[in-house]
Amino acid sequence: MINMSDILETINMIREENLDIRTVTMGISLFDCVSDDVDRLCEKVYDKITRCAERLVPVACEIEKQYGIPIINKRIAVTPVSMIGGACDVDGYIKIAKTLDRAAEALGVNFIGGFGALVQKGTGKSAERLIEAIPEALAVTERVCSSVNVASTKAGVNMDAIAVMSKKIKRLAELTADRDSIGCAKLVVFANVPEDNPFMAGAFHGMGEPETVINVGVSGPGVVASAIRRAGDCSLPELADIIKKTAFKVTRMGQLVAVEASRRLGVARGIVDLSLAPTPAIGDSVARILEEMGVDICGAPGTTAALAMLNDAVKKGGVMATSFVGGLSGAFIPVSEDEGMIAAASSGALSLEKLEAMTAVCSVGLDMIAIPGDTPEDVICGIIADEISIGVANNKTTAVRIIPAVGKKAGDYVEFGGLLGRAPVMPVSPHGCGRFVRRGGTIPAPIQSLKN
Amino acid sequence: MKAVITVTGRDSLGIIAKVSTACANYGANIIDISQSVLKEYFAMFMLVDIDRLTIPFTEFVDKMTELGREMGLEIHTMHEDIFNSMHRI
Repeated sequence: MINMSDILETINMIREENLDIRTVTMGISLFDCVSDDVDRLCEKVYDKITRCAERLVPVACEIEKQYGIPIINKRIAVTPVSMIGGACDVDGYIKIAKTLDRAAEALGVNFIGGFGALVQKGTGKSAERLIEAIPEALAVTERVCSSVNVASTKAGVNMDAIAVMSKKIKRLAELTADRDSIGCAKLVVFANVPEDNPFMAGAFHGMGEPETVINVGVSGPGVVASAIRRAGDCSLPELADIIKKTAFKVTRMGQLVAVEASRRLGVARGIVDLSLAPTPAIGDSVARILEEMGVDICGAPGTTAALAMLNDAVKKGGVMATSFVGGLSGAFIPVSEDEGMIAAASSGALSLEKLEAMTAVCSVGLDMIAIPGDTPEDVICGIIADEISIGVANNKTTAVRIIPAVGKKAGDYVEFGGLLGRAPVMPVSPHGCGRFVRRGGTIPAPIQSLKN
Repeated sequence: MKAVITVTGRDSLGIIAKVSTACANYGANIIDISQSVLKEYFAMFMLVDIDRLTIPFTEFVDKMTELGREMGLEIHTMHEDIFNSMHRI
């Protein structure tokens, strides 16, 4: 028999504490769409995506209704496009991006990920042309997301690729200047990118994945914050236990949705991503959890320690609740998408440098951070290289999704609306690292022993 | 299979009658009811068997939500699996 207090707890989590499934993402392999004729390729890509994901949105809505749990996003991730578009020129890649956009629109999904490349050890010709196409491809489409993996612990850091990506980020910001440079919100630069991540903008369908797969990303910062608030002045071990128990419950729901979605769609079950993903809504913030734990304001000394503990407890609780864990699995700290982060950054308590430190102990990286539009490429390059190196040295995923908002200076705001939120433009060091970057080449892979 | 129906809102005459009539009409067999009124605030939980529903479950969810709207109450109908998976190991 179901216990009354369990029913109340679940309903309260959903209605009052913003508990939801953040995304059900279908991964689709596009390898069988390869053709040397770009029009033929686009036709096959469109047909395959719309055929495989035809029932994605209706089935997700059905599950939503049956269990009374909101599923916020239904999304699609495809094979990195540079792997299927080897025969394409830059214009060809832009055509593919438009095709992906059309397919996403036809299916009613808000983002489609995979317009990307893996260049950690060097940039091949097809990846080079895809990267060249990124600014226009993302500027002329609405739903297409792009990610480029520029480094890994095994391969080192491709600094040449980081230099190119800095240029592309600036160009994309200019091309979408009329919309607060929103294009950059759809582009991520990664180190150690996971191949089964369901979250945008970094989702793509990895090479070792099945033909089609369902990956689910859970959420629930509001639930964790409320549980901590209810616990009052408990000790740190008790706090860790509360977070673990809450993460377990949240993840079990993700597991249920993953099992049901893959069964009803007849698609292989992938992973559940144990992430704490915030939204700009009040009561759905990771920063507020840290403050509830006892940090005066997010960004104050102690923030990194609290975040490390939170991230660890979420994983420990979540791991037991699902059979397959994957993706990014950790607390997200995207500035524009988190009400508490926005407040902390606006008040000056949270700096870019502190955010960088925080990313060493959580997922994912410098995420959704607006910087002045006139920030030089060299400086952007340095910001990316620093963040990427944290991931490479610590054998974890890190990423940069940064928005040099054209025409804006520190203290101004960019407004994206919806889940992408709004962000204060954060001040950036005026000093760059041009000479370091221009030396060119790759930073060698780090040693895996003598860990200090 | 079972579902949990929760009804909350301001107390009035015949809430249980109306909700249980609707359940009977759509073939949902009531297994258990728990109900209380606190300072005019009505709260009820019903466990119903949905194996012999005469309409698809998602449609039943809509019908019950609609009934709630007509009565000025919040009615939520959720499949029992969500509670089982969250609270049972």
